Amino acid sequence: MSRSTENAAKVNAAVAGVPGGEKSPRSALQIADLKVTFATDQGDVLAVKDVSFTVAPGEIVAIVGESGSGKTVTAKAILGLLPETADSSGAVIISGNDVLSVSAQEMRQIRGRDVAMVFQEPSTALNPVHTVGWQIAEGLRAHRPEGKRVGKKEARKLAIEALAKVGIPEPEKRVDYYPHQFSGGQKQRVVIAAALALNPGLIVADEPTTALDVTVQAEILELLRDLRDRYGTSIVLITHNMGVVADLADRVVVMYQGDVVEKASSKVLFEAPQQDYTKALLAAVPHLGRNSASAGFTERAFQDKEVLVRATDLEIEYPGRLGSPAFKAVDKVSFTISAGEVFGLVGESGSGKTTIGRAIAGLNRTTGGSLNVLGYEMLNYKERTFRPLRKDIGFVFQDPAASFNPYLSIGECVAEPLLIHTDLSGPAVTKRVGELLESVQLPGAYAKRFPHELSGGQRQRASLARGLALSPKLLIADEPTSALDVSVQAKVLELFREIQNELGFAALFISHDLAVVDILAQWVGVLYKGKMVEQGIGNQVMGNPQADYTKRLIASLPVPDPAEQAKRRAAHQALLAAK
Amino acid sequence: MESKKSLFSRLPVISQLKKSMGLQRGMLVTGIVLTLIFLLTAALAPLIAPFGPTQRFDETQAAPSSVHLWGTTAGGYDVLSRTIWGAQTAVFVIVIAVALSIFIGVILGLLSGYLGGWLDRILVVVADAIYAFPTLLLAMVMSIALTQGSSDMWAGIFAAAISITVVFIPQYFRVIRAETIRLKAEPFVESAIVVGASTVRIMARHIFKNATRTLPLIFTLNASEAILTLAGLGFLGFGIEPSSAAEWGYDLNHAQSDATAGIWWTGVFPGAAIVMTVLGLTLLGESMNDLNDPRLRGRKKTKKNAAKKQEELVEA
Repeated sequence: MSRSTENAAKVNAAVAGVPGGEKSPRSALQIADLKVTFATDQGDVLAVKDVSFTVAPGEIVAIVGESGSGKTVTAKAILGLLPETADSSGAVIISGNDVLSVSAQEMRQIRGRDVAMVFQEPSTALNPVHTVGWQIAEGLRAHRPEGKRVGKKEARKLAIEALAKVGIPEPEKRVDYYPHQFSGGQKQRVVIAAALALNPGLIVADEPTTALDVTVQAEILELLRDLRDRYGTSIVLITHNMGVVADLADRVVVMYQGDVVEKASSKVLFEAPQQDYTKALLAAVPHLGRNSASAGFTERAFQDKEVLVRATDLEIEYPGRLGSPAFKAVDKVSFTISAGEVFGLVGESGSGKTTIGRAIAGLNRTTGGSLNVLGYEMLNYKERTFRPLRKDIGFVFQDPAASFNPYLSIGECVAEPLLIHTDLSGPAVTKRVGELLESVQLPGAYAKRFPHELSGGQRQRASLARGLALSPKLLIADEPTSALDVSVQAKVLELFREIQNELGFAALFISHDLAVVDILAQWVGVLYKGKMVEQGIGNQVMGNPQADYTKRLIASLPVPDPAEQAKRRAAHQALLAAK
Repeated sequence: MESKKSLFSRLPVISQLKKSMGLQRGMLVTGIVLTLIFLLTAALAPLIAPFGPTQRFDETQAAPSSVHLWGTTAGGYDVLSRTIWGAQTAVFVIVIAVALSIFIGVILGLLSGYLGGWLDRILVVVADAIYAFPTLLLAMVMSIALTQGSSDMWAGIFAAAISITVVFIPQYFRVIRAETIRLKAEPFVESAIVVGASTVRIMARHIFKNATRTLPLIFTLNASEAILTLAGLGFLGFGIEPSSAAEWGYDLNHAQSDATAGIWWTGVFPGAAIVMTVLGLTLLGESMNDLNDPRLRGRKKTKKNAAKKQEELVEA
C-alpha cells in the first residue's frame, strides 16, 4: 500500500514535470512504475508491468531474465526506442527529464549526451561503408557540446581519444579503418567508444557480450568495469548470463514475465536469493566443475567397445573465392568415438567444431586425411551409398525453431525417419511416434501440433525424439541448448543425460559452453582454429588444463558466484600478464 | 466446424482482410470489390449482356440510346455487350496464362534451385535472355508464331495466354529458385537430408510448400500485368479477332479515329474497363503484399492505454 502511493507520487511529479521532487538528483537513472503494452494481431500484450528501480552514478545494475521477461523492452524504453506499436506509462527519469514524455527533438538531445547504448551484435551495429572514426564523430557532430558545432578536425581528435579510451591500439591510424578491418571484440570496443564519445552519465548495454566468444567476452567485461572505475559511468547491463552478472554487476534486478521478481546487491542475490524464481534460475545455471559427467574417472571409458567414428589427420577445406586460397576449417584432427561414449567437442566460433559434426553426418565433404563413420570412408562420399547408414545416425540441430518444417505437424516430422527407413504401417508409425514423444516427456497429443505451437524447449525435445526415432548408434548434437533459456537448458540437458544412460547410444556433443559439455561428456576435445589442442577426460580437461589455449579458455569463463569469480578474475589477469 | 472456420480464415485475402485496418483496409476492400465486379461480369456475361459479343448491327457509330445503352462502334458492334464479354475473354486469358506459367515456373525453379549445377546455369541464362526482351515484343512474336492468322476464339485466347506465359515463366522461375536456394540451407531441409530422405521427397514435401507461400501475391500482381499485355496485344492488332470474341484492346484501337470525331462512347467504356480491372487487381495485390509483411502492416493503437494516457494528462 505505502509502496504504491510512493510510486504514484513519483509518477505525478514526473508527469507534472517538476524537477527534483521525489527523485533524488544523485541517481543516474530512475524508473518508476514503467508499463509497456504492445499492440499485436492477437490483441494487446503487456510486456512490462510495473517496473521500478534506480541506478546510482558509477553503479552497474544488471537486469537479468529469460527471453520474454521484458528486459530488452525496459532497456529500449530507457532510450525511447520503443516501436510505434508500443504504448508506455510511468516514468523513466534521466538527469531530470522524463524520457517517456519529452518530445522527439528533446529525446535526440538526450540520446548520446545523457544516455548511450551498446548493442548486442557489434558487426551489425556498425555501418560497413563508413570508417569507424566517421561513425564515432557522427554522434559528436549531431550534438553541440558547450553550445558550438564540432568541427571536422575537432571531431576526429575526439574520436581518436574515444578509441584510445577503449584500448584500441594505434588509434591515430585505426580511426580511418572500416569496421571489417576489426575483429569482433574490437568492433564491440568501437561501439563502446561511440557510446562514450560525449561522456554520457549512463550506458545501456543490451547483451553486450552474447555474440562474442568467452575469451573476448572477458576482455569486454574488463573494459566496462574499467570505464566505470575511471569515469564513473553508470551502466545498465541487460543479460541472461549469470556468470556475466556475477563478474560485473553491483546490483541485480531479476525480471520474469514483465515483472521485477527480486532486487538485491549481487553478493546477496547469489548467496541468499529470496524468491523461488530466483532460486530456480540460479540452480539451473550450469556451474563448471559441479555435476560433471566424468566425476571420479581416471581413464577413458568405453574403450572395450566398437569404435564408431575414427578421424585420422582429418582435413576439411572450404574452397576460396577466385584468387584467394581455400580456407582450412579443420586441420589434421584425430579422434575416436566408441559405442556408448559421449564425446564433447568444445571450441569458440570458427574453431571448426560444427564442421566436424556436419562432416560426420555427410553434410560437409572432407578433403583430406581419413574420417571413418560406421565403417564408411567419408573421403569417398556418395549420397547414394551413404544413405542406408543414415538410419544409424541421429542429428539434433542448434535452432529448434528452424529445424522443423513449419507446414508439417510435430508427429509428421518425428515420423519421417520411420517412413523412410522402415516398412511400418500407418497405425504402427503413429504408435511409435507417441512412444517417442512420451520418452522425451512430451504428451502424445502434441503429435498433432505444429512446430510454432510449441515452446523452444518442447521443440528441442521433439527434435531429440526425431533424432532417436530409429534408435541410432550415434547421435550428433550441434549446440542443442544454446538457443534455449537457462532453466529450459537445464531440463533438456537432464533429459538428454537420462535417455543416453537408458539407451546407451554414442554421442558427439558440440558446444561452446564448457560447463554444459562437462555435464554430459565423459571425454572432451578442445578445438582452436581447426586444430585439436587438447583431449582428455572431462574433469581433467576442465580442472587441470594442459594446453595454453585451454587454460585461457577456462580462466575467462565467468562463474555464477561473485566471490569465486573475483578470485578467478585475478587469476585470469595473472595468466594474461604472464604471457 | 471449428477447424473449417479456421481454414476459411486462413485463406489468402480473407486472412489479410482480418489483419487490415485504416487506409490499408480501404485499399484492400476497394481492390476486392473491383475484382469481384470484374469476375462476376465475366461469369454472368451471357445473362447480363444484351447482345452477343460478335453480333453486328446496321446502325454504326450510333450514340447511346435505349436499344444500345452505350452506343455502337464503327463496325456495328454494341459497346455495352462488347465490354461485358471482354471481361470474360480477359479472365480466360489471365487464368490460362498464369496457371501455365505458375506450373512451369515452379517446377523449373524447384529443380534449378535445388539441384544446382549445369542445369541451374542453363535455365538462369535462358530466363535472363527472355528478360532482356521487351515483354510486349516477345508476346507479339509468340502470338504471330502461334496463330499464323487463324482466328477462332479459343485459338486466339490460347495464343494470347501462351504469349503472356512466356513472359511470366522467368518471373515465377526466379522467385521460386531464390526461395529454394534459401530453403536449401535451412536446418529443416538439412534435417531431412540427415534422416535420409530422397531428393524428390525433400523437394515435394519440404521445399515446395515453403517456397510457394508468396505465390498468391505474385498471382494478383501478375494478373493485372496480364490484362495490360493482352490489351496491348489487341491494341497493336495481334490479339483476338473481333469476329471471334470481344477484346478491350482491339476495341480501344478502333476507337482511336472516333475520338477526334467526337464519338466518345466507343473508347471510354473499354478503356475504363481496363483501368478499373487493373486498378482493382493491383490494389488487391499490393495491399495483400503489405499486409503479409508485419513491418509494413499498420496496427490499431492499444485502446486501453490510449485512454489511460488521456486520463493521466487530464489529472496532471
